[in-house]
Amino acid sequence: MTYRFNTPGETRQMLDVIGAPSVEELFEQVPAELRLDRPLNLPPRLCEIELEQHVAGLATRNIGRNGRMCFLGGGVYDHFVPAAVDAIAGRSEFYTAYTPYQAEASQGSLQAFFEYQTLICQLTGMDVSNASLYEGGTAVSEAVFMAMRCSKRHSRIVVLGSVHPEYRSVVSTYLGRLKCELVTVPTPNGTADLSAIESAVDDQTACVVVQSPNFFGCLEDVTAIAHIAHRHGALAIQSFDPISLGVLKRPGELGVDIAVAEGQGLGIPMQYGGPFLGILACREQFVRQMPGRLIGETVDRNGKRCFVLNLQAREQHIRRDKATSNICTNQGLLALRATVYLSLVGPQGLREVAELSTARAHYAARTLSSLDGFDLAFDRPFFKEFTLRCRNGADASIAAARTAGFDIGPALRRVDANADSNLLLVAVTECRSKEQIDALAAALRAV
Amino acid sequence: MRNTQATKLLFELSQAGRRGNEFPRPDVPDAVADCLPAKFLSDERPALPELTEPDVIRHFTNLSTLNMSVDTHYYPLGSCTMKYNPKRHERLASLPGLVDLHPYQSETDLQGMLGLLFELQEMLAEIAGLPAVSLQPAAGAQGEFTALLVASAYFRDRSENRTKVLFPASAHGTNPASAALAGFDCVQLKPSGSGFVDLDELRSKVDDQTAVFMITNPNTLGLFERDIAEISHILHDAGGLVYIDGANMNAILGITRPGDFGGDMMHYNVHKTFTGPHGAGGPGAGPIAVRDFLADYLPGPIVTRDAESGTFALTNPEKSIGRVRSFFGNVGILLRGYFYLRTLGADGLRTASEDAVLNANYLKTLLHDVLPVPNGGRCMHEFVASAETLKHERGISAMDLAKRLLDYGFHAPTVYFPLVVPEAVMVEPTETESKATLDAFSAAVHQIATEETDFVHNAPHTTPVSRPNEVQAARQPVLKWQCGSDCK
Repeated sequence: MTYRFNTPGETRQMLDVIGAPSVEELFEQVPAELRLDRPLNLPPRLCEIELEQHVAGLATRNIGRNGRMCFLGGGVYDHFVPAAVDAIAGRSEFYTAYTPYQAEASQGSLQAFFEYQTLICQLTGMDVSNASLYEGGTAVSEAVFMAMRCSKRHSRIVVLGSVHPEYRSVVSTYLGRLKCELVTVPTPNGTADLSAIESAVDDQTACVVVQSPNFFGCLEDVTAIAHIAHRHGALAIQSFDPISLGVLKRPGELGVDIAVAEGQGLGIPMQYGGPFLGILACREQFVRQMPGRLIGETVDRNGKRCFVLNLQAREQHIRRDKATSNICTNQGLLALRATVYLSLVGPQGLREVAELSTARAHYAARTLSSLDGFDLAFDRPFFKEFTLRCRNGADASIAAARTAGFDIGPALRRVDANADSNLLLVAVTECRSKEQIDALAAALRAV
Repeated sequence: MRNTQATKLLFELSQAGRRGNEFPRPDVPDAVADCLPAKFLSDERPALPELTEPDVIRHFTNLSTLNMSVDTHYYPLGSCTMKYNPKRHERLASLPGLVDLHPYQSETDLQGMLGLLFELQEMLAEIAGLPAVSLQPAAGAQGEFTALLVASAYFRDRSENRTKVLFPASAHGTNPASAALAGFDCVQLKPSGSGFVDLDELRSKVDDQTAVFMITNPNTLGLFERDIAEISHILHDAGGLVYIDGANMNAILGITRPGDFGGDMMHYNVHKTFTGPHGAGGPGAGPIAVRDFLADYLPGPIVTRDAESGTFALTNPEKSIGRVRSFFGNVGILLRGYFYLRTLGADGLRTASEDAVLNANYLKTLLHDVLPVPNGGRCMHEFVASAETLKHERGISAMDLAKRLLDYGFHAPTVYFPLVVPEAVMVEPTETESKATLDAFSAAVHQIATEETDFVHNAPHTTPVSRPNEVQAARQPVLKWQCGSDCK
């Protein structure tokens, strides 16, 4: 049987050492009346050939980026994943290692995560980064809980309506049992109206959460929003797109206190929604309220530089119910992917990825909005993604594009039940050429 | 062979002007300066290091050689189930038809994926003996948190205001942390001398404010809670629910089921029991299974199958608590769990648990003279020994033993957990190790017990670094690379 070591002879020898007559007897602690008296009802087991053929069969029933040109957005993007990222993340010394609690036997992972923290600080202009959270939505939630601890305010959270609806849903779920009001500032014009934020934030507000580029693709005036938050003693939290920082101002420059992101664009495949990478970075003064693991530099007994899990007294395995978060398992391997990706592209490469995405997205927006029946929903600056209004409905346009071999969307209605059914997102990364954009336009012209 | 020259950080290798990747030349007339108002644009490039692809590959390849890993070393890490991670999983999970799927593409184009996830939901329900499954939680801790919110919604629906979550002293730290995060009051039972939940202590703490009792079974001492049925009765009689922390499911696959021994909710650690690799800390996947009366509260989406057409769709349970994360879940890890379940089948899973328990009892017996187990008798898939005698008689602590084992080429067991055992050494051999490996591990422990105390206390001696100064790390935290004086 696959992966089985113990032969009947060895099993006998081991039982003799234990002093047990049978393997069955080893389970004596499990009361007989609680035992399952039948085999589990599972599909028959498959050998490697059978498994491969079975799974390949299932895979051919999926048509993703391999079969259609991907202009999909909404928080997951078809950015390029360099082969070198796969090569390093595919090294089993990394992917079959455990959490680096034994520092002496884990310097490879620890140094890589220390480098990850440094790269995220360089990228964002923030002071400190943790070693990863689950994904973008929980990163926002963790930041909100962190802001409540930092501000010592627990009764009011202000979130802009232009924050990804799934992230807002996660925050709402996380706050479920707490007596904390979650106030959503409407953003009918694609970005927030500063006076609406001003009237939503009061002196009991723990934080203001802004996403920029936001769910509609538009850029928010983060600096002004952070000012409003700070004037009321609240923290400013920005959810950002790491790729955008090749051209856009960094969260650190914009004056936010906690910067969070979905890190999928940094060398992580789309894989139907996960595993991804939750990024969380903050100002120095808040470090002891951070959730999740932190790697620190120190020296060993010989004075040699080395790396350890640091400030663990914040974490659940030490602090239990007083921990800053319940997170234990994080997204180490995805943080490694981001580390390798950022090392490869460097400052110039990241700028080029961001510039190409911006330029081609704007070309696409001009081209598609010039078609009869289509226009841009919002007259606002945007990065690599924009909201298209379709006279004949978002779903009809998505269907027409799909038939012609293109995936666009999502329809806003798919993500937010209250959204206008004529609106959809189009995202353009460095992987989409002018030729492909023109072909998409030709397909939509027929709608 | 380890490259002893490779000791620099990425940032120290950087040379201005190097690059590791090129991108297509602009093919549209639009320029960024014309697209976006200047106030949004950064004046300078991010201060990332500048490296070639060969720089990057050599750097990270050399770093990888500084790790112990399941593929290179024996990893008897208690509570972590460090079993072998099959290579076929890695290849299959990378198929373009599985890895290149966007969460917002049409469900029509996802029928293979949704069918697979539906089948996984069904298999996890069968193994749990609990009919409703959500694959959404990203890890075990998030599964706990999710289930507690499900319980909370259920009680709210019944107009019951229950505020307390109970757990034994030996519980994983995530249990109280998840309960506190969800807004419950945490009540920890007093440790019992036996290693099992003390029923009188439990009865004295359970009342009409009790929402959930969280219990790991087999527990963190590697013992099956023999009174689990009575424990469940106590909770159910008081109107509460029983949560099974599934971290130790590797001991009981196909032998007994949480739903059959009184659990109302549970999580799996797919990255432990079903061998999604640990990835040096993650990703995991923490799907939960619950009783039918809790199904309507699960986070969505759930995969459903239309009985007539056979097509699969995403649906949200009627009274769902909402999302606990964006998108479907940690699908890449769920896939690996699916591959594992399909490879082993019912008999393979049962055999895996039998071998895990056999290996644990064998190693426990071999080590008994040096590392006695305070809560004696048989163990399940792991055991918690105590190095107290070793420390008392030889001055060798659990930490010393752990560190010295690294020199012998073995990863250390979990030490100082659970807190209820002094000088705890928690050993989980797993089933994917041979008798010869267990014998060698035992021989190493016995050898260490005879070694000179100071020598062991200063271990490890052969690892890339010796014991780190953790006090300095905590006092003056250095959490990112600092430019030296030669830095531009």
